[in-house]
Amino acid sequence: MAKNIFEQTGRIFDIQRYSLHDGPGIRTIVFLKGCYLRCKWCCNPESQEYKIEEMTRGGKVEIMGRDVTVAEVMEEVLKDRIYYAKSGGGLTLSGGECMAQPEFAEALLRAAHEFGFSTAIETTAFAHREVVQSLLPHVDHFLMDIKHMDSAKHKEFTTQENGQILENAKYIAENANHLIIRVPVVPTFNDTPAEIAAIARFADSLPNVTEMHLLPYHRLGQDKYAGLGRTYLMDGIAPPANEHMNMLLKAAEGASTKLHVQIGG
Amino acid sequence: MNQIKFVIEKSPRIQRLIDHLYAATPQIEADRAELITESYKQTEGLPIVKRRSAAFRHILENIPIVIRPEELIVGSNSIVPRSCQTFPEYSFEWLEGEYDTIATRDADRFYISPETVERLKKVHPYWKGKTVSDLAAQSMDPEVLDVFLNHGIFTVGNYFYNGIGHINVDYAKVIYKGLEGVIEEARQAMAKLYIGNGDYLSRKNFLESVIESCEAVIFYARRYSELALKEAGKCTDSVRKAELLRIAETCDRVPAKPARNFYEACQAFWFVQQLIQCESSGHSISPGRFDQYMYPLFKKDLDNGTITLEEAQEYLDCIWVKLNDLTKVRDAASAEGFAGYGLFQNLIVGGQNEDGVDVTNELSYMCMEATMHVRLPQPSLSIRVWNCTPHDLLIKAAAVTREGLGVPAFYNDEVIIPAIMARGLTLQDARDYCIIGCVEPQKGARTDGWHDAAFFNMCRPLELVFSNGYDKGELIGLQTGDVEKMTTFEEFFDAYKAQELHFIEMMVHADNAVDYAHSVRCPLPFQSCLCNDCIERGVSLQEGGAHYNFTGPQGFGIANMTDALLAIKTLVFEEKKVTMAEMKQALADNFGKGFIPKKASELTVEVAKNLAAEGIAINEAVIKEIYNGLINASHISADKKARYDEILRMIEALPKYGNDITEVDAFAREVGNTYTKPFENFTNPRGGIFQAGLYPVSANVPLGYQTGATPDGRLAYTPIADGVGPASGRDIKGPTATANSVARLDHGIASNGTLFNQKFHPSALSSMSSLEKFVAYLRGYFDQKGMHVQYNVVSRETLIDAQKNPEKYKTLVVRVAGYSALFTTLSRSLQDDIINRTEQGGL
Repeated sequence: MAKNIFEQTGRIFDIQRYSLHDGPGIRTIVFLKGCYLRCKWCCNPESQEYKIEEMTRGGKVEIMGRDVTVAEVMEEVLKDRIYYAKSGGGLTLSGGECMAQPEFAEALLRAAHEFGFSTAIETTAFAHREVVQSLLPHVDHFLMDIKHMDSAKHKEFTTQENGQILENAKYIAENANHLIIRVPVVPTFNDTPAEIAAIARFADSLPNVTEMHLLPYHRLGQDKYAGLGRTYLMDGIAPPANEHMNMLLKAAEGASTKLHVQIGG
Repeated sequence: MNQIKFVIEKSPRIQRLIDHLYAATPQIEADRAELITESYKQTEGLPIVKRRSAAFRHILENIPIVIRPEELIVGSNSIVPRSCQTFPEYSFEWLEGEYDTIATRDADRFYISPETVERLKKVHPYWKGKTVSDLAAQSMDPEVLDVFLNHGIFTVGNYFYNGIGHINVDYAKVIYKGLEGVIEEARQAMAKLYIGNGDYLSRKNFLESVIESCEAVIFYARRYSELALKEAGKCTDSVRKAELLRIAETCDRVPAKPARNFYEACQAFWFVQQLIQCESSGHSISPGRFDQYMYPLFKKDLDNGTITLEEAQEYLDCIWVKLNDLTKVRDAASAEGFAGYGLFQNLIVGGQNEDGVDVTNELSYMCMEATMHVRLPQPSLSIRVWNCTPHDLLIKAAAVTREGLGVPAFYNDEVIIPAIMARGLTLQDARDYCIIGCVEPQKGARTDGWHDAAFFNMCRPLELVFSNGYDKGELIGLQTGDVEKMTTFEEFFDAYKAQELHFIEMMVHADNAVDYAHSVRCPLPFQSCLCNDCIERGVSLQEGGAHYNFTGPQGFGIANMTDALLAIKTLVFEEKKVTMAEMKQALADNFGKGFIPKKASELTVEVAKNLAAEGIAINEAVIKEIYNGLINASHISADKKARYDEILRMIEALPKYGNDITEVDAFAREVGNTYTKPFENFTNPRGGIFQAGLYPVSANVPLGYQTGATPDGRLAYTPIADGVGPASGRDIKGPTATANSVARLDHGIASNGTLFNQKFHPSALSSMSSLEKFVAYLRGYFDQKGMHVQYNVVSRETLIDAQKNPEKYKTLVVRVAGYSALFTTLSRSLQDDIINRTEQGGL
C-alpha cells in the first residue's frame, strides 16, 4: 500500500451519492471494479472484470472503469459530509468485490475513518484470511452475502465453492463490530424454504449476528449484459412474488432463534 | 419513542364533505357583480373608501347564502361548491372574451350558464373605464404598457386584472376581541382625530368605512345564524338538528364578540378568511401562524375537558375542506401561471416566537394531520424549521411529505429572519414571520407585502442582447451593440445585465402604476382594519397604512441563464469552438429542431392566413405541409442540422448548475444577483421598498412558451427551469448534490422568497428509518443556508411518464431492491418491475 493512504490508487466504475439502504444514514457508495465470483444473476456485470471495458447503454458507448487515487474518491465523498454528520452515514464500498483490491479498499476505509465517517462494505468475503484481517479494524458494518449452504450448487451458480466464505463469515462474526447477513433470493437457485432455512440456521449460529436480509432477485442487470456483448444466463426468470418472499421469511424465522429477518435491505 | 405523533382517526363526516365539494363542476356566479354594480350606482360622488364599504355591506346583506350538508363550519361565497363570484371593479373585459371558452380552456375551467352570461352582460357596461385595470393602463408609460402586454419579458398581470391579496391579517384580534372590539378601536381612533389636521377628513372617512364593513360582516354572520335556525326547524335528524342549533348560536355570537371556545374560534376564523375573499379578488390570503393564535382556546377547552382531540381534529379538518371551497376565476393566461384553482392560502406551523423560543404545540401536529385527512390542495401547508425545531415535528412533516401531496413546504428560520431584518423588520417581528402565498415571508398582520408583484423572465434579456434590443421588429430594449462584434465575455455579460436592468426598471414602473390604481380605485376597509397600523394611522392598506410596505416581483430562469451564459463564455469566447454568428443563427433556427406541436399549430394558422391573404388557395394538403415543415424544421439544410447537433453536444458536455460544482454554482449566485440586487434601489407608492424573489409559481411554463431557444440548449417555447432548481434533467448527481448547489445561491438577498422543488419516489420515505434519513437530508440542506424546499413524492403515473420521457426525470430517486437509484438509469424491464410493485404497494 502507498505510504500515504490518499495516494493509494485503485479501480472503480461508479460513485453513487445519497444511498439510503446500504448501511446506516445517508451514504456514498463507491463501486470497485473486479470480482472473483461470476454469479449468474449479477445485476452489475460491468463490475465483474477488473479490466476497463466498454458498455453500450441507451445507444451510447460508456467506458466502465477508471483508475483513481483515494484522494480523488474522497473529494467526491466529502461533498456530502454534512449529511453524514446529520444522519450517522458515511462511506460504503461495494463492487465488484472490494476484497479483490485489498490495499485500495483498506486505504479508502481508513481515509473515511480519519474524517469520522461511518464505514460499511458489501462483500462476498471470498478472500484470504489476511485480507479480511487487514480490513476488519476499518469496517463498522459488514453487509455480507451468504448465497447457498450447498457448496456444489454454490459453485454451479457463482463459479466458486462456499467453504472459504463460510469460514470467513464465522471469523468476521467473532471479530467484527457489526455483521448483517444478506441473501439474494434467486429462483431456480435458492428460493425453496429448505434452502433459505439452511442459510438462516447458519446465520443464527454465528455469534453476535442478529439480522438477516432477504433480497429478492431483480432484473436490473439484464440490459447491461447485452451492452457488454454478453449473454444473460437468467433470461426468462421472473422475480419472486411477494407471497413467496413472505413464505421464505417465515421459513427463515422458523429456523432461527435470535435473528430479525426482513425482506429488503 | 420512534413513532409518528398525533395520528388521529378521521371522522367519516370529512370524506362526505369532500365528496360533496367535488361532485359538481365549479361555476361562475353573478350575484356579487350585480350587487356591487347596484351599490356603486347609488354612491356616485362619495369618497371611494365610503363607496367600498357601502358596496361591501350591500353585498353581504343580499348575496345568497348556503349551509352545505353536514357542515360544522359555515360560510360560502358561492352557492355551488368550489365556485366563484366575479369582481368587475378590477377588470372584466377578459371575461367577456372568454364566455365561450372558459369551460374548455387548458387551465382552471369554470362552467358559466347562459343566464349568468346575460346577468353579467347587463352590469358590465357600467364598469367601462372605471376599473382598476383601466386606471393602471392609463397610468403606465405607453412603451412600458406595450412591453408588458406584448413582449413576454415581464408580466404584472396578476394585480393588473385582480385584487392584491397576499396578506396575513389579525385573526387573533377577531377571535379574542371580536369585530365589536375592532369597531370600538376605530371609534377610539376617531375620537382622537383633530379637526384642525389636514388629514382629518380622509382619516374619518376611512374609519367610518371600517365600522360599516365590520358591521356588514356581523350582519352577514347573523344571516347564517337565522338560516341555521330555520334549517334546524325543518331537520328531523336529532343529531344534525343539534349541530344546526349550535351553528345558529355560534354565528350569532362570532365574529361580533370574542370566541369563548375552540369551536367558536374556528367559525370566527373562517368568516374572516372567507369574507376577505369576498371584499376583493386578491388571492394568497394566508392564515399564517394558525397553530399559534388558535392555541389558547384549544388548550383551554382541552384542559377543561370540554373538547377531545378527535373533536378538535374534526373542526380543523372542516376548515381544511372549506379552504378548498373558495376559488377564483382568472383570465386564461394568468390561470396558466397559477394553474390548479388554488388560492395559495398559506398556513404555517412550528417555529419560534418573538422571544426566540420554539413554540411548536399540539396544533402544529394536528394541522399536518388535517392535511393527511383531507388530501386536498388547500391550505398550502408550511412548516418553519430552525435549529431548535423538535425532531418529532420534522418526522411528522416527513410522513406528510410521503403522502405525495407536495406539502408541507419547509422554511428555514435561520435564513429568513436575517433576510427580512435586512429589509427593516425588528428582530421580534422577524422571528414572528409567516409565509404568504407560495414562499413569501412577512410579519403577519403588520405588512402589505405586495408579494407576487410580477414575474420576470430572466431568459428574455439575453434574447434582446442577440437582437440588439429589437423584439418582433420593434426596438424595445437597449442597443447594446452588435453581438458578433463583442470581443470578451465581460462585454457580453455587461450587455445582458444592461438589458435586464432596463426591463427591471420598466417592471418597477408598471408595478407602481398598478399600485397607484389600487389606492385610487379599490381601497379595502375590511382587510385594512385587520392589518396594523391602518386604524391607528387612519389610512387603508392600499394607501400605505400598513406598518411594513413592500413590493416583491420575482425572477425565474436562473438555471437556464447560468448554463447559457457559461456556454457562451466557454464555447464562444474561451475555446472558440463556436462563433457568435453561429450561435446567433443556431438560436434563430432553434438548433435545427422543429417547433413543439402547440407552437407549430399556432404558426400554421398564421402562415396559412398570410398565404390566403396573398391569394393562395389553402386546403388540407397545404396546411399539412406547413405544419410538417414547422415540426421537422424542413427549411434547414441537413448540413446545418448536423452542425447544430454538434453544437448541442458541446453544450451538453459542459458542466451544469445543480451538480455540486463550486465554480458553476458561484456563477449561478452571480447571475441570481443580477436580478435581485437592483431592487434595493427602488421604492413603491406606499412608502415602502422593493425586494426580489426567485420563483415562478407555474409561470415558467407559459412564459417559457414565449421564449425562443437559449444557449444552454433549451429549445424554443419549452418550459424554463422552475424556481431556483437546476434546469430539468440537468442535475445528475443525486439530491444531495442538487441541494448543495442550490444552497450556494444568495437566498438572503431574495427576501421575497426562493423556491426549490425536489422529486422523490415514495419508496425513499417508506420506512421509519428512511423518514429519519429524510430529516437529516433536510437539516443538511438548511445548515448550508437553503431558504425553502418542497418535495414532490411521485406516483405511479409519474413513473410511467418518466419512462416515456426520461429526459424530464433524470433526478428521480427510486428505491429499487436493496438500494435506491435514479429511476431513468434503470433498465426498461426493471422500471416495469418498480411500476408494478408500486401498484401493489409492496415496496
